[in-house]
Amino acid sequence: MSNSPHTGSTLVKRGLADMLRGGVIMDVVNPEQAKIAEDSGAVAVMALERVPSDIRRDGGVARMSDPKMIQDIQATVTIPVMAKARIGHFAEAQILQALDVDYIDESEVLTPADEVNHIDKWAFTVPFVCGATNLGEALRRIAEGACLIRSKGEAGTGNVVEAVRHLRTINQQIRRLQTADASELFSLAKDLQAPLPLVQEVAERGELPVPLFCAGGISTPADAALVLQLGAQAVFVGSGIFKSEDPIRMAAAIVEATTHYLDASVVAKVSTGLGDAMKGWETATLETRLAERGW
Amino acid sequence: MVRVGVLALQGDVREHREMLESLEVEVVSVKRPEDLRDIRGIIFPGGESTAIAHLLRSSGLKDPLSELIQQGFPVFGTCAGLILLSREILDGRADQWSFGALDVAVRRNGYGRQIASFEVPVEVDGIGQVEAVFIRAPKIEQAANEVTVLASLDKDGTHPVLVRNGNLWGCSFHPELTTDSRIHDAFVQSL
Repeated sequence: MSNSPHTGSTLVKRGLADMLRGGVIMDVVNPEQAKIAEDSGAVAVMALERVPSDIRRDGGVARMSDPKMIQDIQATVTIPVMAKARIGHFAEAQILQALDVDYIDESEVLTPADEVNHIDKWAFTVPFVCGATNLGEALRRIAEGACLIRSKGEAGTGNVVEAVRHLRTINQQIRRLQTADASELFSLAKDLQAPLPLVQEVAERGELPVPLFCAGGISTPADAALVLQLGAQAVFVGSGIFKSEDPIRMAAAIVEATTHYLDASVVAKVSTGLGDAMKGWETATLETRLAERGW
Repeated sequence: MVRVGVLALQGDVREHREMLESLEVEVVSVKRPEDLRDIRGIIFPGGESTAIAHLLRSSGLKDPLSELIQQGFPVFGTCAGLILLSREILDGRADQWSFGALDVAVRRNGYGRQIASFEVPVEVDGIGQVEAVFIRAPKIEQAANEVTVLASLDKDGTHPVLVRNGNLWGCSFHPELTTDSRIHDAFVQSL
């Protein structure tokens, strides 16, 4: 133990993710939405210029948000403010760290800047969250320094099917490691394309070394209750709130469902008369699959 | 076996549960008013104080807890949990409420945003040195005379980070994130 204060340690970086457990992190595009999110009980907001469904609709290159909008949101709320950098775009991440954002999401929702490498996240004091579709991908991101893993889902679709696939895949692969004999872990690590020490750690603990949250397509309180029961420890809601008919009620209802996910009577109550959820997309018809971004 | 509750609306509930379980305490996750039955004390975990405050209201836990606390029910609050216990919240939301039972004034995120979050060893009265993990932590800016300072960032006790007033314990940092259960043990022993 050193006697002087130590910032940016793994404990401190992963610790903030622990504090977000059981909560809802909401995508917001302006201070008004950020205020609604905080009023509704969000544990953090993700500040971005366009929610994923609009990025999907508009096309073009999606980049880090204007620092001005991030700062305006930081000035509005007291809860943590996260922001997205493009995959591999460490200069965007440096800017976000200089802006004092609380968590950086190296996100497939933005257009990737590097088709081979992700950001070296150990080089930063601010912690990172990264998406994953399977265990190997999750462990590669953790090896690069990610302190929180979320499912990718298929952002902006309002369709939870991909997030469910990713959570189930990660959990199945973890169970497989738990039943493996120690001598099988070498070959399993090779199959997962993940570092052996992390594979051994997961086999031992039966879970990722960092918290696992769910993102991508969550649009209703029932969706939140579903993914929490599938093992997610908190949820990111992107387009699902502010693209719904009554965002204020939807936000509060998803917060309640996230806390009381095992109590179907509470989830039923908050689901009643909510108005329309976002319209959503059938993922089989999509031209762009954001979840395929990331390597 | 003594039964202790952990307020389980949001936050690092699991770490507190594990810490208590390691002390052979029977742990109850408190999400509804009926969960308060038959517990001897409760821990308010770390998390987001605004979210937990919101959920305390909607779950119907706020009023029965408030009544219990006024009657002297033991509570140990870490980080967000400390904020919920404090008499005064500085830099909070304009409408942020608290149980107001522990006579301290705390500044939300008083040590800065996440980039400034830190860990440092501190000396705790009667326990010794512990590793203290501060995450967007509240800063105790003022403590009434009857509040005992159990740990401070300064040697002269002017910068309290762990305080106690009778049955109420408040901590700016997160003992539950480490493997050192001595502070939890002191709370449990006091029950």
